[in-house]
Formats: sequence, C-alpha cells, structure tokens
Amino acid sequence: MALRRTPPGLDGPAPLARALREAQYIADEGLATAAFLALALGKPLLLEGAPGVGKTEAAKALASVLGRELVRLQCYEGIDAAAALYEWNFPRQMLAIRQAGEGYVNLYADEYLIARPLLQALEAPRDRVLLIDEIDRADHEFEAFLLEFLSDFTISIPERGTVRASEPPVVILTSNRTRELHEALRRRCVYHWIGYPDPALEAEIVMMRASSVARDTAARVVAAVNGLRAEPLAKPPGVAETVEWAEAATLLNAQGVPWPRAFARAIGVALKDQDDLQWVAPRLEALLGGAAA
Amino acid sequence: MTPAALAPFLAFPQALRGAGFPAAPEQTQDFLAAVGLLGPRGIADIRRAAHALFGPGPDRQGEFDAVFDAVFLGRSLMAPAEGAPEDLPQARDAEGFQEMPEAEEEDPSGGEATAAERLFARALAAGDEAGALLAFARALPRSLPKRRSRRMRPGKGRLADPRRAFREMIRRDGEITRLPARRRRLRERRVLLLVDVSGSMKAGTDGALRLAHALVQGGERVEVFTLGTRLTRVTRALRHRDRAAALSHAAGLVADWDGGTRLGEALAVFLSVPRFAAFARGALAIVVSDGLERGGPEALTAAMGRLRGLAWSVLWLSPLAADPAYRPETGAMRAILPLLDRLGDGSTPPAIAREILGFAKGARA
Repeated sequence: MALRRTPPGLDGPAPLARALREAQYIADEGLATAAFLALALGKPLLLEGAPGVGKTEAAKALASVLGRELVRLQCYEGIDAAAALYEWNFPRQMLAIRQAGEGYVNLYADEYLIARPLLQALEAPRDRVLLIDEIDRADHEFEAFLLEFLSDFTISIPERGTVRASEPPVVILTSNRTRELHEALRRRCVYHWIGYPDPALEAEIVMMRASSVARDTAARVVAAVNGLRAEPLAKPPGVAETVEWAEAATLLNAQGVPWPRAFARAIGVALKDQDDLQWVAPRLEALLGGAAA
Repeated sequence: MTPAALAPFLAFPQALRGAGFPAAPEQTQDFLAAVGLLGPRGIADIRRAAHALFGPGPDRQGEFDAVFDAVFLGRSLMAPAEGAPEDLPQARDAEGFQEMPEAEEEDPSGGEATAAERLFARALAAGDEAGALLAFARALPRSLPKRRSRRMRPGKGRLADPRRAFREMIRRDGEITRLPARRRRLRERRVLLLVDVSGSMKAGTDGALRLAHALVQGGERVEVFTLGTRLTRVTRALRHRDRAAALSHAAGLVADWDGGTRLGEALAVFLSVPRFAAFARGALAIVVSDGLERGGPEALTAAMGRLRGLAWSVLWLSPLAADPAYRPETGAMRAILPLLDRLGDGSTPPAIAREILGFAKGARA
C-alpha cells in the first residue's frame, strides 16, 4: 500500500479542515476526513452530491491548499482519448514535413504534442491536481478507460513510449449521480457524499462567500432555502444559489426595497425553472414568513 | 493493535458482504490503514474511515450504519437492514442502475433491415405473435431513431480528418493527394417505455411487457418502468434473454399489479429522481396507458409537460385508440393531447410494435 507523506501542516483531518477554511471553503468533518485519507493513502477522491453543493469548489480549495495548479477535465457523453489524453498537432506536423524537404525532422517531438488534462497531470504530479468533473456524464467506455488510468497512472503513446507518473497525482472525481458509477471505479477511490450543509454551516458559508451579507440576512435566507428544498421542485436550490440569493436580496435592500419584498423580488436567483416558480409563488410568503420569525 | 482488537475490523468487511455491499480485499487493507492514520480517537473516526473507503451511496447509508453498529458496537441488526429491496418505498430502483454496454455500432445494411421488417409483417399476418416480436426485435436497430454522436468515424463527410491525412503524408514523403474526411457517428436514441399496470389496463399489461422484453432485447439503450400506484424499474429483469424467465422476474418486482391509477403522481416520482429523469433527456418516450386517471388531471398534465420538455418525442399508445372512432374524452387525455407527438393504438403487442417502427421511420424521414 502506497502511504504517501502528506504535506507539512496537513497531518490529520482537523488541520486540513483549517487549511481549507483559510482557502474560503468550509468542510465538515466527513469531507475533511475523506480528503485527508485520499491524500495519505494516495487514492483518488470521489465526491458525489446534488448539483450545487460545492463539489467542484472543494476540488479548487484543495488545490489551493496544496499550492498546486488545478487541471480540469469536464466529462461529456462521447468524450474520447483525444480530448482526455493527448493529441498530435497535425497542422504543425504537416508544415514541418513540408519545410524539412529532403532533411530529417522528428515529427513526434514535444512541440507537436498537445497534452490534454490526464497527460498534464501525469507530467507534473507534484505541481498539479487533476479534477475529473461530472464523470457521470461520460459513457461507460470512458469510465472503463479511467479505471486503467487511475490504477497505473501511465499513458502509452505509441510513437513515444509510455509516460509514467513519478508519484500518483492527486485526483478528484465528481459526480452528480445522474447514473450509478461502476463498482470497480468506486472501489479504487475514497468516497464522500456531500449533502446539503446544516443551516448553521450554510449560514457560515453564505457569510464567508458574500461579505456584504449581514448575519441576520444569511440566517433568513438559509431558513427560506431549507423550506424550498422541502418542496417538490424540479431543481432545488444548491448552496451556490443560497449565496447568490442572499447577495441579490442585500443588493436590492440597499436600493431601498424593504426586507421581505427584497427576498421575494430576488427569487429568480434561487429558482431557475418556470414550473418551480409557479409552484412556489403562492407559498413564498409563508416560507419567507417562517424565515423572518 | 492486538489481534483481539483487530477482530472486528476483519469481521466488518465480511458482514458488509453478507449484507450485499461489495467489499474488496484492497478496500479492507486501506480501511485498516485509514483507521491507523486517523488515530483513531474514537468510534466516529472509525465510522468515517469506513464511509470513505467502502463508500455506501446515500440511499444505502442507513443499512451500512446498521452493519457497522452490529460489528463495532455489538448492536443487533435491525430487520430493515436485511429487508428485500423490493419492500422499500416508492421509486426505489430495486436493481441498481446500470446502463447497457454501449458499443458504437453502425446500423446494419439496409437490405437486411427491410428483410427483418418484412418478416415482422409476415409473422403478423400469420397471427404468430412470438415470431412477430422476434422480427420486431431484429428490425429495431435499423428502425429506432438516431442522433449524432460526438465521436467521429472515417467516411464521406465535410469534416477533414487530420490524423489520417497526416499518416498518408508520411507514407507519401510529405505529399498529400487527397484529403481524407470523417463524419459523426450515429447513435440510437434512448427509448423510454412507461407501461401502465393499473386495473383498467389489466387485459393489456402482459402483452405490453412481452413487447417491452422484445424492445429491451433489440434496442441498444432502452429503459422500462411500470406505472400504477407506484413506479418500478424493470429494465434489468427484462434484459434476461429468455422471455419466460425475464417476465416472471419482472412480474415479481412489480407490487402494484391491477391496482388503482395514479399516473400523474407516478410520473412525477419518475421525474423527481434525477437519474431516471436524466434518462428521459433526448429519448423517445413511449407511454402505454388508457389515460384513465384517478387523480386529478393537473398532476398528469404537469408531469407530461415536464416529460415533453426532456424527451425528444413523446408517443402515447392507448388500447382505446384501436377503435378508429376513438376521440379523447376524459379531461386528462384532452389536456395532454397537445403535448403528444402522436396518440396511437396500444391494444396488442403487434399494434404497439407497429406504432414504434412506424413512428421511428416517420420521424426520420
């Protein structure tokens, strides 16, 4: 088992949570533990959760804590090796052949290789954190391919040979869980399910992300959002929406709109679906009333 | 750690496997290492390490914790931890969600497919339903609607293929004589079949499931759900090649045969589970139902509106529509009529098969 030495100052979940907080990300104990274990065991970290609970933000914060550059691979259906690994710069290669004439030219030199995220991460595992975003959007072939990549951390380029990482890079995968991932992939990862934060924590997140928002406003918005999440909505508001709603309402209030109205006017920031808005409209006052109490 | 203290850590993965969680040896190893890394300062640390390394999904966390408590705290296993998955509440995916393996197959040649369709028509005329369903399954790969994929394949097209162009150049000392082209592959669209199994559909549900079996066998990516008072996913059961075995397995999963009809609510449940709703996106959605709704028409209309927004096309097949003089009378049917791409005959399996083949063809033209 490859036990990796964790960076100085991060030798436990608690110090890691503190460091993440300095990077403007509030992690609960479960997430801090999972992230610490992923770093210490040298395994990829798999984060699942509803859209908007801060999975990608967690990856960004972790990269900034480690002082590394974040390389992001956004998945989509039909993603293939050319988009994930590497691609040759064909136009430049063709030009090179033309220019070389009778002479010799190495067409597979570095200057003709376009490194895509997976290769970038392998080339400098100490300087980069690899984020494989929304893996559930990719199809099964790509997932199976990732399996191989995540266990060996090698990429073979037929024209050049095999590229091997000097140490396993830090890898974070996120999934919205629109479909179940393969057991084999989950097994290779340290897993954490990010749920909606509890109200106190969410209020803290709101105030950290939007400095203009008052404590009282944050508490009200969080209460109202939790009410909204209990309604049968097509797209319940995530943490990002909470922050934006609080910011928008604060802005309107500064323009002279009185309090409960400011929330109601800014609802479009939290709910972005016409059906949801219609459903909520008659209940909004009660929800906000509960928030004011 | 003394061996005696180690015992529960080794017993835990065993217990997990017993409860139906996958637990590989390497996970056990990492779990032990993780516990060592964390201190552990208490049982909470051990629990968090277990969560991180065995990764139960959010829907099975309760069961997982029950196993954990049983092994580490000596609490007895509660009954729900071992309850059959089918007993769980509505819209529980009793089988786990796994998409079909997705080979990017090109459609077979035109001659073969039309032959399959001819066979379908002939078996139909002979009154041979089993033969007709077999021919239907064979005709599907050619007939189901297609969409463009992100992936490319060589062939005649307007897009240049730099990779092959470059290979040719090297072969010809840097000269290029013709520019190879590539085009986007075609993929079968997903097909979502929702079968009403309520009392009013009693005569047709068996037939509809036989057809669903043929559809799952012949199509590349098909999902089948039954709707009644609740929602059940039967795709996995129907994937079994043997029809009798598949149907009896599916019948066992469905708990609300011939019950009341709450179509609107069952559809709303379907749409509120993100991974089910994601399946409807861009799919050909087919509802086999008479539309006799016990709940109010509003729920059904709202749900159909959302399905319409997600799906590529919505096809409603009603046994009542077998009668050419049929006009939708109920409030619910009239309200959803504008949301449908077609209202067709859903009385018998061959009729449904003909509708699907015919619709897919028409839409392609």
